[in-house]
Amino acid sequence: MSRRRGPGIGQMPLTDITQLISDDRRHLPLGLLDEEYRSIIEILGRVPSDVELAMYSVMWSEHCSYKSSRIHLGRLPTKAKHVLVGPGENAGVIDVGDGVAVALRIESHNHPSFIEPYQGAATGVGGILRDIFTMGARPIALMDPLFVGPLEDAHSRYLLDGIVRGIGGYGNSVGVPTVGGQITFDRSYERNPLVNVFCLGVLPVDRLVLGQASGAGNLCVLLGSRTGRDGIGGVSVLASAGFRDDEGGSKRPSVQVGDPYEEKRLIEACLELLDAKLVVGIQDLGGAGLACATSETAARGGVGMDVDVRAVPRREPGMSAIEVMTSESQERMLAIITPSAVDQVLEVCRRWEIEATIVATVTGVDENGIGHLRVLDGPGGAVLADVPAKSLADDAPLYDRPMVAPPDLAERLDGGLANALVSPDYSEDLASMLVDPAWIYRQYDHQLFVNTIFAPGEADATLLRLAGPGIERSQKGLAMSSDANPAWCATDPRRGTRATVAESALNVSATGATPLALVNCLNFGNPEHPQVMWELSESIDGMAEACDALAIPVVGGNVSFYNESAGRDIDPTPTVAVIGLIDIIKHRPPSIGWRDGDFVVLLGERSANAAGSRWARDLHGIRSGQIDEVNLVIHRALCEFVSACVRDEAALEIAPDLVHGLHTIGDGGLGVALAEMCIASGIGCAVDQIVDHRELFSESVSRVLVATLCPTELISAARAKGLRAMEIGTVGGDRLIVSDLVDLKLEDLGARFHDRIDEALGEVASH
Amino acid sequence: MNENIAIIRFPGSNCEFDVEEAINRIGAHARIVWHHEHDLEGFDGVIIPGGFAHGDYLRCGAIARFSPVMEAVASLAELGGPVLGICNGFQVLTEAGLLPGALMRNAGMRFVCETVTVEVASNRSALTAEVAAGTRLRLPVNHGEGNYICDAETLSEIESSGQVVLRYANNPNGSLNDIAGITNRTGNIVGLMPHPERAFDLVVGSADGVPLLRSFVHSVEAFAKCRVVVGQV
Repeated sequence: MSRRRGPGIGQMPLTDITQLISDDRRHLPLGLLDEEYRSIIEILGRVPSDVELAMYSVMWSEHCSYKSSRIHLGRLPTKAKHVLVGPGENAGVIDVGDGVAVALRIESHNHPSFIEPYQGAATGVGGILRDIFTMGARPIALMDPLFVGPLEDAHSRYLLDGIVRGIGGYGNSVGVPTVGGQITFDRSYERNPLVNVFCLGVLPVDRLVLGQASGAGNLCVLLGSRTGRDGIGGVSVLASAGFRDDEGGSKRPSVQVGDPYEEKRLIEACLELLDAKLVVGIQDLGGAGLACATSETAARGGVGMDVDVRAVPRREPGMSAIEVMTSESQERMLAIITPSAVDQVLEVCRRWEIEATIVATVTGVDENGIGHLRVLDGPGGAVLADVPAKSLADDAPLYDRPMVAPPDLAERLDGGLANALVSPDYSEDLASMLVDPAWIYRQYDHQLFVNTIFAPGEADATLLRLAGPGIERSQKGLAMSSDANPAWCATDPRRGTRATVAESALNVSATGATPLALVNCLNFGNPEHPQVMWELSESIDGMAEACDALAIPVVGGNVSFYNESAGRDIDPTPTVAVIGLIDIIKHRPPSIGWRDGDFVVLLGERSANAAGSRWARDLHGIRSGQIDEVNLVIHRALCEFVSACVRDEAALEIAPDLVHGLHTIGDGGLGVALAEMCIASGIGCAVDQIVDHRELFSESVSRVLVATLCPTELISAARAKGLRAMEIGTVGGDRLIVSDLVDLKLEDLGARFHDRIDEALGEVASH
Repeated sequence: MNENIAIIRFPGSNCEFDVEEAINRIGAHARIVWHHEHDLEGFDGVIIPGGFAHGDYLRCGAIARFSPVMEAVASLAELGGPVLGICNGFQVLTEAGLLPGALMRNAGMRFVCETVTVEVASNRSALTAEVAAGTRLRLPVNHGEGNYICDAETLSEIESSGQVVLRYANNPNGSLNDIAGITNRTGNIVGLMPHPERAFDLVVGSADGVPLLRSFVHSVEAFAKCRVVVGQV
């Protein structure tokens, strides 16, 4: 077999290698640093070929290798007895009992969505779906936390419109409901919007399959779309670098184009192949394309792989081996099968009109026990690449990048300014903070599979029946909430992230569920900026503290760096998604609405700290000051108490009728929570125990508003658990009244809430 | 009991499992049938579920009408067998010429997913036979192209002969005369944009789809009996 290799340099002196690197500039446009190039030469003992270099450049990109974050991520708790698969695989998998498991993952598609919002967001959905069904799970739910510039900014409106259409266009058509998410408007995202995409799937535990190759002589079948020139360098030059001015246009060819109909057929074909036990291992092709799928499956299985690059079906002639190996064309999967299964596999694919081509063979290890990924130019043809598979997948450099706290930290943390603020009209302040996200989720199918008990906007978390095609219906329910609050994290990333996790857990508890697992999407600026690395490290510490204290394992995550534009980093934006389980749902649990004649009880710690609130930040321009530190012991007790109350309402044959409605307090504070409860039920309230405007807008998280007919019982039950609780008002009438602070007509409140986005987007819609 | 309702599955269908579950829950039996099938022997009724039959990058349902199973659907309909098209199924039935008119992009040019109120406008159809005209139902809609249109002559014909079976209380898509569902002259073919199968249990928000689907199931049973009596296979 002919081998085209670089000159042997095994014994070359160090100075000569340095000279060689400075002469050979091939690695620079690929985004590889000199020292990274040196590592590659050391691994191979020679100068890499062009194909090899291209593969290293994508696999060692920040996006694929987590080289700047990995040393920090190890601090997160990942273990619990119900965790079947933790971080590092395509998705986390947890056991939910009775032979059923749930797979979940969250990803970002930030950079592509800025350049091309529709396709950027659409392919974000496509990519996360593949991460889920590659585990053998049927995707049954998506959630999309979005972060864009203010609605007053025309370009931000254009981005929001395109992103929402893209998510809907792909998710609706592929047949997976989008059941939740969140929207944040802030100047920080004007030139760098964030599109985070969460997906959850269900599977019978015995269908669980890992993305690994095994068995020399087994075959790798490429399923789905043909390979084109789209998305080349997506993970390296696009996702692993910031934007300079006006660079968006020239990077547009790095954005992939999605085809949900292809993906739909790919999902069905793959699940059928897995059900029929025809597959040894399977892996999606996403970032870094075929180079990633082949090297990762080989590395995980401790085997080698021979890829016949000529066998890969292409969209256009003239594509080079580099393009074929690194293309990020969407809707492709790599299945590892035994030779005896070929006919059956091809038959299933024919039925689903899915192209299926054998492109690689699993090989054994060399005399040193190393599995090689080789790229061949046709069977028996020239060897274009021959590298240890593990070196691509696992041996990227790890960086302990310098970290430094912002020089003005003390000023940032000082809540004095925020708490000294006063406003002439708190009613107007409150009304102007109301935003109904219905404009967004109305464009998403959020009902498919008829699992949706609480759709977006109906409760603090989405609640689904735990069911799906192929999964027998039970009385169980799955709750999920995605949360992020960059304003909290901008001043103090550790405290802010702690509060974000706490809020998400409380949201899930408010549907009667017990939190089971968390996935995170860590959106940060440029990791080469020491302050950004400090933010990341602090944020991870805060997350670890909260997850430990609340007993919620982290089962997966994603780090998105280089969210910067024109040299400005975004605010640290750690997004979390917490899922929880409720065992028995006989009735619809109580949600945000309340009933005439109810009493309003405030559960949890009271706070008069307006620092770090949206009120101080968005309405009065004061960004300094922190929200209250969460007492995690009390918070856990609060989660458990609220969950137990709501669970009883859902599960008992005769509901105790202790809780008619409830709403957690977070973004916008108690005022916004009260307003949303009024709007949801069409009934007003009169509240008279709020000390001042700071308590009205404080975003301290360990608080829940509960509407009840039996306040005395509820309060004494809460106090028995060591929780503070007090009656603060009554439900009724057609006004929202908070003594001495707010008096608003329900009608006006509803109009302000419902029309906010529709009005701003009005002219976009009429185009 | 025999599985006598066929739920047609195109590669891009996505509501077939929901329809199957809803039909099973009201005690009838349905089986999912692949769109390549040429005959529907043994089936007395058909449901074409929602979804994006062949991706629908072209007009919704424009390719599905050429799927092999559609000839068998037309034959069964001609014998009087009940045929129900939900959402994309409604679009397919109009494209196939089994129902008059067409469904255009929503007037707001946006996809709409929400639960709306519809009113039963006529009970002269397999779907509405057991529900009194004027009954208001809460049903989910979920579509980008549900804006019903037809020519003036057809409109006056379907309006005067009770072929408009469901009307929106608050029109979500610009549909002519607030039309949410129609039937053919003989009442055995019905198409509607709302999803009755998504409203089968109060736990998920509404059970108002149940009387409609039950009515359809009973129509299928009645047709099956009549077939036996007449001796048709």
